[in-house]
Amino acid sequence: MAFAKIVESFFLKEIVKGMALTFRSMFRPKYTLNYPFEKNPLSTRFRGEHALRRYPNGEERCIACKLCEAACPAMAITIEAEEREDGSRRTTRYDIDMTKCIYCGLCQEACPVDAIVEGPNFEYSTQTKEELYYNKEKLLANGDRWEAQIAKNLEENAKYR
Amino acid sequence: MMEMMDIKEDVKEVDEVSSSNIKSYTLNFGPQHPAAHGVLRLVLELEGEIVDRADPHIGLLHRGTEKLIEYKTYNQAIPYFDRLDYVAPMNQEHAFALAVEKLLKIEVPERGQYIRVLFSEITRILNHLLNITTYALDVGAITPSLWGFEERERGMEFYDRVCGARIHSNYFRPGGVAMDIPKGIEGDILDWVDNSLMRAVEDIETLLTENRIFKQRTVDIGVVSADDAMDWGFSGPMLRASGVPWDLRKAQPYDVYEKIDFDIPVGKTGDCYARYLVRMEEIKQSVRIIKQCVENMPEGAVKAESNKITPPKRVDMKMSMEELIHHFKLYTEGYHVPAGDTYSAVEAPKGEFGVFLVADGSNKPYRCHIKAPGFAHLQALDFLSKGHMLADTVAIIGSMDVVFGEIDR
Repeated sequence: MAFAKIVESFFLKEIVKGMALTFRSMFRPKYTLNYPFEKNPLSTRFRGEHALRRYPNGEERCIACKLCEAACPAMAITIEAEEREDGSRRTTRYDIDMTKCIYCGLCQEACPVDAIVEGPNFEYSTQTKEELYYNKEKLLANGDRWEAQIAKNLEENAKYR
Repeated sequence: MMEMMDIKEDVKEVDEVSSSNIKSYTLNFGPQHPAAHGVLRLVLELEGEIVDRADPHIGLLHRGTEKLIEYKTYNQAIPYFDRLDYVAPMNQEHAFALAVEKLLKIEVPERGQYIRVLFSEITRILNHLLNITTYALDVGAITPSLWGFEERERGMEFYDRVCGARIHSNYFRPGGVAMDIPKGIEGDILDWVDNSLMRAVEDIETLLTENRIFKQRTVDIGVVSADDAMDWGFSGPMLRASGVPWDLRKAQPYDVYEKIDFDIPVGKTGDCYARYLVRMEEIKQSVRIIKQCVENMPEGAVKAESNKITPPKRVDMKMSMEELIHHFKLYTEGYHVPAGDTYSAVEAPKGEFGVFLVADGSNKPYRCHIKAPGFAHLQALDFLSKGHMLADTVAIIGSMDVVFGEIDR
C-alpha cells in the first residue's frame, strides 16, 4: 500500500489525471455566449426596467392610487395626481429614480391595475446619472415599446399570482 | 526636500538596530486586494514572511441594515436580507420569515415549506460552489472557478425562473413564498443536478482533492480544535470541519427538514483542507435533499391562507371588494405583529444565521438584530493565522468563506 502510494506520488498520478481532464475539456462544447448577439433566455418573471402600461384603447392604466409609492422600500417612486377634465383620476407626475430602485418587484406586486411593471429589458445603461431619473413620458414610452412581451409574460404568470 | 530628510533619518535608525533584532513591520492587506474576498482590510504585523498578528478592520460595507429595517414594514424588510450575504440570499430571507411567522403564530402550507427547503439547498450549492472555487483560485488553481461559475449560473437560472432575479430574489415571505414555482421547473432542477452539477463537482474533485499543490497549501493550515471552534462561536462548515456534528437542520429542524433524510459531514482535522472536504460533501448532501424535496412535494397552496398577512390572489383582488381592501392594507400599512421577541436561526451555508426580532405590536419591527456567521469566523483570523506565512493567510480567509455583506451589515 505504502509502496503503491510512493510510486503514484513519484509519477505525479493526480497531476496527470488533472491535466488529462483539462485537456479533454478542450473538446467539450463551449458554453460562452457572444453576448450582444447571443443572449440567454430570460424568465417570464424577470424584473428589469420599469414600464407604465396602457389599455388597448390608449388610455394609461395608472390611476394614481400610490400603492407602489407606499410599497417601495427604497422610496424611489414619486407620484403626484390631479383630477382630469373628464373627471378621472390620473397622475400628473410619475417619477422613478432608477438609481435608488432595488428591483425587488414590490411595485408591480402592489399595482392593482397592472400599470407599473418591471419589464424584460435589462439593457438601459446610460452615460449620465440624470438619464436614470425616469419620468412619466419615459415610463410610458417603455410601456409602448415592450407591451407585447410584457403582456405575454403577465398572461403566462397570471395563474401563479 | 522634507521627505528626503525623513528617509535619511529612518535609514539611520535602522542601522542602529542590531542585525539580530529586526523590527516587525505592518502591512495593509486589502480592502482592494482580490484575495480579501470583498472589502476586508487586514492590518498584518509581519515578522519577515511570518504573520505575527492579523487585525481585521471591518465596516467598509456597513449600510445600517438593522436600523433601516426598523423603519420598514415587515414585507419591505425582506429585500434587505438578500443583500446581507449576497452569495446565499434565500437562506437569509428564510431566517427572517421564520422569525416573523413565529411571532404571528402562523403555519406555512406544506408545499410552501418544501419550496423553501428546495431553494435553501440550491442556495447552499451555489454558495459552496462559489466558495470552493474562489478558494482554489486563491491558492493557485484557476480552472475550478471557470467550471464552478458555469454551474452557478445554471443554478441561478432557477432563481430567475421562480422570482425574476438571479440574486436579489425577494422570494421567501412571512407565511410562505411569493409565488408558486412555475410548472416543469422540478424536472429541470433534477436534470441539472444529475447531469450537469454532479459532473462538475466530480471534475472539481479530480482537480483538487488529491492534488499535491492544493494539499500543500491547505493541509495543516489554520487548524481549529473543536474546543476553540466552540469557544469562538463558530458554526456551519467551520465548526463541522473541527469534528463537531452540529447542524441546525438536524439539531432544531425548521420547515420540513425533519422529514428529509440526509447526513451531516464532519471533518477530523479542522484545517483548511477539512473545511474544503466538508463543503464538498455538503454539496452532495444538498443534492440528496433536493431530490427528496422534488419527489415529496405536495400540491396545494404556497402561502398561508390568511388575507391579513399574505396578499390575496390577483383574480380575487380584482373581483372582490373585500380582497381589494386587504390588498391595499397589506401594501400600504402592512400587517401588525403582536408584541414579543424571538430568535430564529437557520443553517445558512456559512453557518448559523439568526434574526433576533423584537416586535412592539406595530407594523414595523422595533428591533431586528442579525447574527451573521461570518462575523464570528473572521474574529478568529488572528489566532488562526498566527505563525503562518503571509500566503497562508489568504488560504485561511478563503476557507473561512467570509462575505462582507453580512459581516458589515
